[in-house]
Formats: sequence, C-alpha cells, structure tokens
Amino acid sequence: MYYKSRKYRLFYICNFAFLLVASIACVLPLIHILAVSFSAKEPANAQAVGLWPIGFNTDAYKQTFSNPNFLKSIVVSIERVLLGTVIGMAVTVLTAYPLSKMNARFRGRTMYTWFFVFTMLFNGGLIPTYMVIQKMHLMNSIWALVLPGAVSAWNMVLLLNFFKTVPRELEEAALIDGANHIKTLWYIYLPVSMPSLATLSLFTMVAHWNSWFDGMIYLTDAQKWPLSTLLQTIVVTEDFSKINMRPEDVKLISNETVKASQIFIGAIPILLVYPFLQKYFVKGMVLGAVKE
Amino acid sequence: MNLIKSLLDSRQTWQLHAMLVPGIVLAVVFLYLPMLGLVIAFQDFKPWLGFIHSPWVGLDHFRLMLSREDSVQVIRNTFAIACLKIVFGLLVPFVFALLLNELRHMFFKRLVQTLVYLPHFMSWVILGGILINLLGNSGPVNQLLSSLFGIEPVPFLADGDWFRFTVVVSDIWKEFGFGTILFLAALTAVNPSLYEAAEMDGAGRWQQTLYVTIPAVTPIVIVLGTLSLGSILNAGFDQIFNLYNALVYDKGDIIDTFAYRVGLLQTQFSFGAAVGMFKALISFVLIVVAYRMAFKFANYRIF
Repeated sequence: MYYKSRKYRLFYICNFAFLLVASIACVLPLIHILAVSFSAKEPANAQAVGLWPIGFNTDAYKQTFSNPNFLKSIVVSIERVLLGTVIGMAVTVLTAYPLSKMNARFRGRTMYTWFFVFTMLFNGGLIPTYMVIQKMHLMNSIWALVLPGAVSAWNMVLLLNFFKTVPRELEEAALIDGANHIKTLWYIYLPVSMPSLATLSLFTMVAHWNSWFDGMIYLTDAQKWPLSTLLQTIVVTEDFSKINMRPEDVKLISNETVKASQIFIGAIPILLVYPFLQKYFVKGMVLGAVKE
Repeated sequence: MNLIKSLLDSRQTWQLHAMLVPGIVLAVVFLYLPMLGLVIAFQDFKPWLGFIHSPWVGLDHFRLMLSREDSVQVIRNTFAIACLKIVFGLLVPFVFALLLNELRHMFFKRLVQTLVYLPHFMSWVILGGILINLLGNSGPVNQLLSSLFGIEPVPFLADGDWFRFTVVVSDIWKEFGFGTILFLAALTAVNPSLYEAAEMDGAGRWQQTLYVTIPAVTPIVIVLGTLSLGSILNAGFDQIFNLYNALVYDKGDIIDTFAYRVGLLQTQFSFGAAVGMFKALISFVLIVVAYRMAFKFANYRIF
C-alpha cells in the first residue's frame, strides 16, 4: 500500500500543513478587518492591528449605526434584494418551464431558447445600456437596479436543464386530472424543484447584495444608494463629492476603525447565508459546468 | 399511451407562449435595445440630436481606438491580465484539487473546502476595501515583509507591474476555491478499480497520479480551458475598479474601466460605445468558437 511508505507519509504531513495554511489564508483578511473594527482608534490608524483587536471597544459600530446615510443604504439594499430576487426568480421560472418542453410539444422552443441564449453571447455594453435606462426614465429609481438583471439566461438554462429531469409521468398524471400548464408548473414542477430554486434564489440574493456599479451610475442621488455603492464610494474610493456630509462626519468616517466596521457589516449577510450556499453550491456548480 | 400523447399535444400551447412574455419583454428592453444602441459607435452621437440626426462617421471611432496610444495600451493590458488569470485560474485549482484529493481525514478535507471558497461570494467592494488596507505602504503585509526580510515596502497597488501581480494573485485567491470544487468532483468520480489495477502493477502514488488521475480529469480541464477563451478580454471590471488608482493606469487600466471613464465620465458616448463594442464582438466570436470546439471534442453542450 502506497500510503504506508515513509516517503508518502512525509508528503502527507507537508500536504496537510500546506492545505491548512492555504485555507487559513482565505479567511485571514476578514479576521484582520474584524480585529481593526473592534480596536481603539490610535493603533488602528497607525496600522498596528494584526489579527487581534488592540484596545477592544465597540465605538466604531456605535458610530456606524448612528449614521443615517448608512442605515438608509441598508434599507435600500434589503429592498433591492427582495424585489430583485422575487422578480428575477419569477421571470426565470416562467421562462424555464416552456423552454424545458420538447420541441415536438412546443413549436418555437428552439427559436425562443436562442433568443435568450444570444444574450449570453453578445451585449450592448455599458454606454448603450446606460442610455436605454436614461431614455426609460429609470434614473434614480430602484427599478434601474432590479429590472435590467431580471432576465438571466444562465439561471434560465440551469433551471430548464433541471426541469427536463422531472419525470414525465408526473406531468401526465396532472394532465389526466385536468391541470393546465400553469397548474402543472405550480403544483408539480415547483415543489419538486425546491432545492434548485433555493440555490438560484440564494445566488440571486448574493448578486444583488454585492452589486454596486449600477447604483453608482444610475442613481445620481446618493440618498438612494444601496449599501455596496455607499461602501464603494465612501470607504474604498473615498470620494465624498456626491454625498452631502459635514466635515466632522467626513473626518469620522475616514477613521480606520469605522471603515473596517462598515466593510465588515457589508460582509455579514454573505457570512449568514454561506452555510446554505455551501450546501447547494457543489450540486449547482457541477450541474452547470459538467453535464453528462 | 396514445390517448395521453394526443391529449398532451392538443393542450393549447398559448399558455406556454404567454409564460414567455415577461422574459421576452424584459430581454428586448434591457438586453436587445442596448445592442441596437450600438449604432452610436458609428455616429458622432450628440444627445441633443438623438439617434436619428447625429452625423454618421463610419468606422472613425474604431480607427481612432486602434491608433490612440492610451486605448491600444488598454487593450494590451486587458489581454495580458486576462491571459494570466485564465492560465493560473486553471492551474492553481487543478493542483490544489489534486493535493486535497490525497487527504484521508474527512473532517479536515471538508473544513478546507469550507474555508477556500468563502472569498468567492464576497464582492470586490468588500475585498477591495480590505486589500487596500492590507497592502498599503505601511500596511500589515509590508510590515510583515520588512520584519521578516528587512526589505523596503512593496508598492503592491502603486506601481504598474506590481499592480498586475496583485490583481492576478488576489483574483486567484478569491476564485481558486470555486475551481477546486469542480475538479474535486471530477477526481472523486474516477473509478477506484483503476487505482487498484495500477497498484497491482506496482505503481506508487505519484505514478498513479500521473497515469490514472491526471488523464481522467484532463477532459474537464480542456473543456474549462476552451470555454475560458471567451473571457480573454474580461480582465475583471469590479476588481480593477476597486483596486486601481491614477498611478497604475499605464499597466492596470483595462477596456471596461477605460470605456467607463472615457464614455460616461468624459461623456464621449460614441467612442465609449465603440470601445465596448470592440470587446463584445471579439468576445462573441471567441465564445462561439470555444463552444463549437467544446462540443466537437468533448461533446459539451449547455442546453
């Protein structure tokens, strides 16, 4: 047996150590920012904090949560995640169901499918999309963040591939009972696809929570920004030109501990859904990338 | 069965068409209209003249793009960064999956898997904020380097070549866990009897890896490699935008960030659209070629 040889055992120990270090390296930056956020101002601004807070206190979080701009952006983010996920999933389900039918049963299926798949292959790009949003009078509206991304050909393809695996007998039974397509979708397809739907919903939620660029270009009123746009502008780029703030507030926000606390708060929702993401993740990934 | 079949066929398909309406409307408005909007790349578009009355200039913007020094440099940057990301983005997860596959401590294996793909789900806003803090001149990483090796601070985000290095390494760091999972799934699917046979023939673990494992997962590597052709001009807008600054424009500016700055911030709409279209067209051709190749050689299809 190879794993009893001394050479392999030596390799195994080195390998074990290497993998341990590599995987810890994936979470260290997050731990660092958490440590900075709970540190006292002076060591944080002097960048003396490593992985453990120096002069533990929660002032940064108190300041962050007393900032009305910040609280407002969280509300906008939640609103956007909810609207975006509900509308996006509704469109995905409604589109994937007809496209999962066989060509013989639904003439025009191939044409429709290519209509959607083509959007994966080519796009108008930033400037024309921006002009369409402008012409539709969606500037400064939350719909500018929700509607353009509602059609995701990739999600559609994933779901339609899953719908194809639903046994035909189930559908035939429903048909005998007099169900139409809408009822078949609602009572047969949706219940049996719950794991897939959960995966896609989680991915959509994460994408909406993380999305920042659309908020930056479509919302000129900084009061309407979602959290990630606010973080990008105020914390990462430190551009205060678009938001009205008193100089003392600016000084407060450019404090390293306050910055760190804001960044960490932005990461919390992802950490919360991560266990669920992980549960479905492998299945979803493999489904999308390697098909039999 | 014939009865059921004829019932199924006779069912009105108008409901199926109707279900597609919301998706089609949204796709037409937000995905197809912008494609039509690309006509401004061939015009000297002025907002007050509109699409109809703006003067046509043919391929002038494209010619300008390929002769302007900054835009040529931007195309070069994009290509260089994207290629490095593609190569190492395949190589690192592949090796990591091979190493992870050797682990027999199941708990530890699962722990590693849990930790390595956490960064994948974080946005570049969050990670950018953290990295700027970590990699600054007096940041923790440089402090560590100087106390270990006594070297001058490394300008990770302030020098063009270092910036490229930082961008590629941090992208690999964020995404390798994702790729690892994929390769690991392929590795665990290798038939165990192949290993037993190799063992009977006296192959050690290294030889088993060389002659059993690697050939077994080569097809999926080829498929992924082929498909990533389509992203040869995708250097990662979110990442670059959150990490770059005026100091590194020469080596770090990419097509997407350039199109945004020139097109939207400097309101050269037509030129910006032309730059975007250049990228979209090349990507389109490469994606189509890549999928055809993947289908031809590995029978891979998406739907």
